Amino acid sequence: MKSFLGKRAIASAISLIGLIILVFFLSRLTGDPTNLYLPVDASQESRDRFREIHGLNDPLIVQFFHYMSDLVQFDFGMSIRRAEPALDAVLRAFVWTLQLAIITMTLVTGSAIVLGSLAAYHVGGFFDRIATFCSLIGASAPDFWIAIVAIVVFSVHLGWVPTSGTGTVLHWILPIGVLFIRPFGLIVQVVRGSMITALSSAYVKTARAKGVRNRPIIFVHALRNAMLPVITVIGDQAASLLNGAVVVETIFGFPGVGKLMIDSILQRDFAVVMAAIFVTAVAIFVMNILIDILYAVLDPRIRY
Amino acid sequence: MPDHLLEVRGLSVDFHTVRGTVHAVRDVSWHLDRGECLAILGESGSGKSVSASAIMNLIDCPPGQIVSGEILFDGKNLLKMNAEARRQLNGKRIAMIFQDPLSHLNPVYTIGFQIEEIMTAHDVPKDKARARCLELLQRVGIPDFENKIDAYPHQFSGGQRQRIMIAMALALKPDILIADEPTTALDVTVQAQILALLEELQQETGMGLLLITHDLGVVAEVADRVVVMNSGQIVETGSAAQVYRAPKHPYTKKLIGAIPGTGEMAAPLGTGIKPMMEINGLTKHFGGFVALEDASLTVLPGETVAIVGESGSGKSTLAKTLLRLEDATSGEALYHGRDLVKMTASELFELRREIQMVFQDPTQSLNPRMSVYDIVSEAFAIHPEILPKAKWKNRVCELLEQVGLEAGHMHRYPHQFSGGQRQRIAIARALALEPKLVVCDEAVSALDVSVQAQVIDLLNKLQQDMGLSYLFIAHDLPLVRDFAHRVVVMQSGRIVEQGPVAQIFDNPRMDYTRNLMAASLDPDPDVQAERRRARHQLQEEAV
Repeated sequence: MKSFLGKRAIASAISLIGLIILVFFLSRLTGDPTNLYLPVDASQESRDRFREIHGLNDPLIVQFFHYMSDLVQFDFGMSIRRAEPALDAVLRAFVWTLQLAIITMTLVTGSAIVLGSLAAYHVGGFFDRIATFCSLIGASAPDFWIAIVAIVVFSVHLGWVPTSGTGTVLHWILPIGVLFIRPFGLIVQVVRGSMITALSSAYVKTARAKGVRNRPIIFVHALRNAMLPVITVIGDQAASLLNGAVVVETIFGFPGVGKLMIDSILQRDFAVVMAAIFVTAVAIFVMNILIDILYAVLDPRIRY
Repeated sequence: MPDHLLEVRGLSVDFHTVRGTVHAVRDVSWHLDRGECLAILGESGSGKSVSASAIMNLIDCPPGQIVSGEILFDGKNLLKMNAEARRQLNGKRIAMIFQDPLSHLNPVYTIGFQIEEIMTAHDVPKDKARARCLELLQRVGIPDFENKIDAYPHQFSGGQRQRIMIAMALALKPDILIADEPTTALDVTVQAQILALLEELQQETGMGLLLITHDLGVVAEVADRVVVMNSGQIVETGSAAQVYRAPKHPYTKKLIGAIPGTGEMAAPLGTGIKPMMEINGLTKHFGGFVALEDASLTVLPGETVAIVGESGSGKSTLAKTLLRLEDATSGEALYHGRDLVKMTASELFELRREIQMVFQDPTQSLNPRMSVYDIVSEAFAIHPEILPKAKWKNRVCELLEQVGLEAGHMHRYPHQFSGGQRQRIAIARALALEPKLVVCDEAVSALDVSVQAQVIDLLNKLQQDMGLSYLFIAHDLPLVRDFAHRVVVMQSGRIVEQGPVAQIFDNPRMDYTRNLMAASLDPDPDVQAERRRARHQLQEEAV
């Protein structure tokens, strides 16, 4: 197990370095930030000074080495726009996104497991129809559309919840509700399929022959076996939320990492973009390792 | 007072499938009393397990439907009870064990949890369940049971897993134990141990034992009475000896006639024939694990060499190393004087034509998305020098007819054939390349006895017509006795004994071989009684 974790950490670090190199040069392709930050009629002198301060005059490769040597000391540079360390801005936003992702995924996982299991227990029954309906919505309705409709209905017409921003518990309801739909529809289907297999397995037959009651047959015997493929999908979906739910965060003015990233790209605030990508990448690597550990916890046959 | 402890009366069960209604069993009646062992004997698809599933409420409705009949347990009709009442009987009064204990135990829970669960589900307090669980594990002979109680199913051997299933089933001292093919997946020596354990426990508790099996040997070993089933109907009932000695129904006669192990044993081929295959000191290690150690044997042209041994004895490793599906660690395998082990890929490609393999499970070894024509003619596509494309179709027709299939079926897919027919397809595929040596890895083990006999006849005929040699890997000794010229006995990766078939069967020299022979079951109840005595004697000698 220890050597497995060590290997995974090294592999993750290598991917991370590759990612940083890629993003560094790609982001430089978007153009010179000087034009964006200084007024159109700024003098050549002030343009040069701006370039000098932010190290934009050096050849790209030199800029890259400066960046990397700072990075080794966990210095991601200053945000041009915000005049604060890029990492501080990113971490602040990331905490918001992390909360949003954890709450949403917890709700999604819990409800998808219950509904998916009940749907599998009675294929074609009442719960199965609900599950199919939810999946259809999740797969076919784009989240920006749901977000806007939700604002119109619940904020504008009914006035139950605020349209955007943060501050109270009410502010969380719409973003979570909108982010919930797509992963829920997907995971319900995976749980359902996996549970149908598990419920028709030989060990469930044994449990019935033993006189085990229905509820433990579903939630003790079948579910734990059915969870392995489900966890993979949960991890995948959680990763896309951690990346920043860009559209949803923008629509609801939610100060998460997705919104920060979009803003910084538009503002050519390279340091922030780089830091944001770095932080979310680390978060996703950590989550993947957690999922691998969870596999081994759920299934004693898996040993690393 | 009811007449019998358990009585099935006029039971008919249908399964409604997309292809139409299947009458799984029709008007089946039998009964079972305390302390008695009833065997239900039948081949696959005979409906032998259906009445047991109906007793345990394991038939899914739909697609299943119990059309008529009643199941009386202690005088009460189970089919009229509600689900909760039947749940309370399951495990407590009527318990069941199954064929494949690995898939029938939940892989993600400890065996202790699973044994205790049968008790807690019937409201035994947890601490009492734990104590009883330890007692049971000791009783069924799990070594180091105090620690093993917290181990998972995959950490046990096949025989131990079946012992665990038995411990689980007997936890609440049921009145009836249903055993559905309890020893089919086990080695012969383990099978004998498990059957002995079941008998002992039956005597201790006085329960009724219902044994569902396809193996007349198992019937001869333990059953008092037997019910023979064919296509959903009971064709014959009687005592085990009666049914074996004087079968009345033509189906029973045919079944008993098909049992191997009674014919003439083949005489060894003459001396002075140059061997086609000479294996010297073949060895295969997987890391530190010795799968095959210093194996040496020869195969003559037109000879059938059987390799027998229990699971894990290295039989399949030997075959795989010969075919270079695995690379040998050391040793040589001379095929007409050329060493297979050291051949380059291109030399090997030429040679693959001459050595072909037939695998155990034709369902898995035939590609389900290829038609029979594609499967057989693929050989010509890989070795284009054999046959011009224009002649493929005629040759495939010929091959199919040779193995007893209709040439007109060549555009069908594997799932449209029965198990025996699929194995014939696999044989036709192997023959397409006109091989000199065919390696059969448990090639008939998955087939019913009567189908087995047909496939063996086919292999014999092909050997006579084409002078084929077979390397026949099997665990079924009676079959080997009828089919092989020579027998090689393997244990833990080593060859312990080899010789002409008559010598191995009539005069085995090594203890291991003798144990193997003594453990193998004979369909004749009298012979079997004799074997039991011999087995007990061997055990006592060992002590």
